[in-house]
Amino acid sequence: MGGIWVVGEVDASGALTKLSAEAATAARALGEAGHLDVTGLIVAAEPDRAAASLATFLPVVLAVRAPEAMDCPAAAVVAARVAALAGAAEQPPAWFVLGASPDGRDLAGVLSALLEIGVLVGATGLAWGDAADGVPAGPRVEMQPFGGRLLTTSGFTGDRGIILLRPNMVAAEPLAAPGRVEERSVEAVTDPPAVRVVERVAAEAAGPSIEEARVIVSGGRGVGGPEGFAGLRELAGLLGGAVGATRAAVDAGWIDYATQIGQTGKTVKPAIYLAFGVSGAIQHKVGMQTAETIVAVNRDPDAPIGEFADLFLIADLATVVPALIAALRARTG
Amino acid sequence: MRIVVLLKPVPDPGEERLGADGRLDRSVSPVINGNDEYVLEAALKLVEAGGGEITLLSMAPAGVTDPIRKALAMGATRAVLVSDPALAGACTWTTVQVLAAALRTLEFDLVVAGIDTSDGGGGVVAAGIATLLELPYLSNARRIEPFEGGVRVERLSPAGHDLLEASLPAIVSGTQLLGEPRYPSLRGIMGARSKEIAVRTLADIGLADRPVGGAHATTAMLDARPPASRGSTRVVRDLEPAAAAAAIVDFLVERRAL
Repeated sequence: MGGIWVVGEVDASGALTKLSAEAATAARALGEAGHLDVTGLIVAAEPDRAAASLATFLPVVLAVRAPEAMDCPAAAVVAARVAALAGAAEQPPAWFVLGASPDGRDLAGVLSALLEIGVLVGATGLAWGDAADGVPAGPRVEMQPFGGRLLTTSGFTGDRGIILLRPNMVAAEPLAAPGRVEERSVEAVTDPPAVRVVERVAAEAAGPSIEEARVIVSGGRGVGGPEGFAGLRELAGLLGGAVGATRAAVDAGWIDYATQIGQTGKTVKPAIYLAFGVSGAIQHKVGMQTAETIVAVNRDPDAPIGEFADLFLIADLATVVPALIAALRARTG
Repeated sequence: MRIVVLLKPVPDPGEERLGADGRLDRSVSPVINGNDEYVLEAALKLVEAGGGEITLLSMAPAGVTDPIRKALAMGATRAVLVSDPALAGACTWTTVQVLAAALRTLEFDLVVAGIDTSDGGGGVVAAGIATLLELPYLSNARRIEPFEGGVRVERLSPAGHDLLEASLPAIVSGTQLLGEPRYPSLRGIMGARSKEIAVRTLADIGLADRPVGGAHATTAMLDARPPASRGSTRVVRDLEPAAAAAAIVDFLVERRAL
């Protein structure tokens, strides 16, 4: 039987993403349970640094130099090389574990079509299953559809498949001793994508990603304006977290879309979710209700968030936020 | 410009439930998938500015046409609905093959799709379709701007955005940043009644003998259960700001979060 392949994602600076380290750790546990080899892959213009990082989590990492990744979106470039490697491998991969980032989703879509295999999207947990439950032995994938109102376990009906793991589901754990990196050279199975990157533009201040943050301080319409988010940013800084927002706050232009949580924004599962002036409408709730602890501050005692928060303070955030900043400062000295 | 909008009818978020067969019950208050409304709006603006027409392409059970009718009322020209009993329980790989096959029967310059779907679809379908059709794929768009023979897209990146260019025809997936969707006008609603929704079976799009559909699903849900209950809410009111802040700190300490 073929093994498990983890395709690592390389960020703009050439480093391995945190989510890729999590995917590698999850795949390693899956490999141990299913008695399968786990191999990492890095396909990039300059793969060395990320490959060395991935090898701290996996015993073998294949590094493929793909100069065209400089000028094209990564997913199609990476997929074409990974499919070529899979076709040439003595033991072709059975399962792929990828991070469910935007690039990871694109990669999964392209790879699925090139290899003609299925995808399970948005895994919150992985286990190994035997054939007793109706599908062949293979990965069992836990998911939380319907905005977390349901927990499901799914599997693949065949002997191959792609799994997209959500951020923050697994704590990345390095190996006791790092694995080895092997350079590989392989022609892509398809021509380079006919999409050209004309320019890469960095945003002014890209804070920590809300999908990876352990603490999220989030604001809604009740925050009142862009200046209200300054206080939330300060709070997030004190708690080592990231700022999130509702669609109302984003639509009002108070804060960037990258912070939006909910139906047409991001889905998050932090340890702590502090919600200020967030009503808790269903479109927002589906993106955050699986947070471990939810604290909500709202003037409106009838706000829906009061029905699912763990702690609900009926209070004016304009006075609570400065007081909370002062209290946290006093704690840390 | 001839634009195809991939439009997915989904259960209204928050209302989703499983049917007796253990599959998502697609008849529950169907609406246009949120992100699909944004790309539809972008398509409408492109056609208003530069001329052309919009074809909606959906894969859904035959009865689920309200969202399609709404999109026609917003201004789309016509709709193609791929509907076949064999598609019940289809996986994403089937969806990719079906929509790609249906696109082969249509003439277009640009295909647009929402970046993901609210009913569990994870935003992998458009990339798969582009791969099968060997078309340029530009994902995560916050802005779509055509030029002579091509399209320019601002793609959201973790660091900011990338400016991408490709020749047409191409496939673009887009986000909410494309702009607020319009409401259908009364005239649009009246006009939509006479617009065509052409229903196509798997045989109509040349997939009758292919291993697609629920019987050939690559994935299977094995178990579904409700999540553990959150427990009750502790409600605190009528505190001075400092006491309210202390209540939050104490709670976070109690939860071992500080």
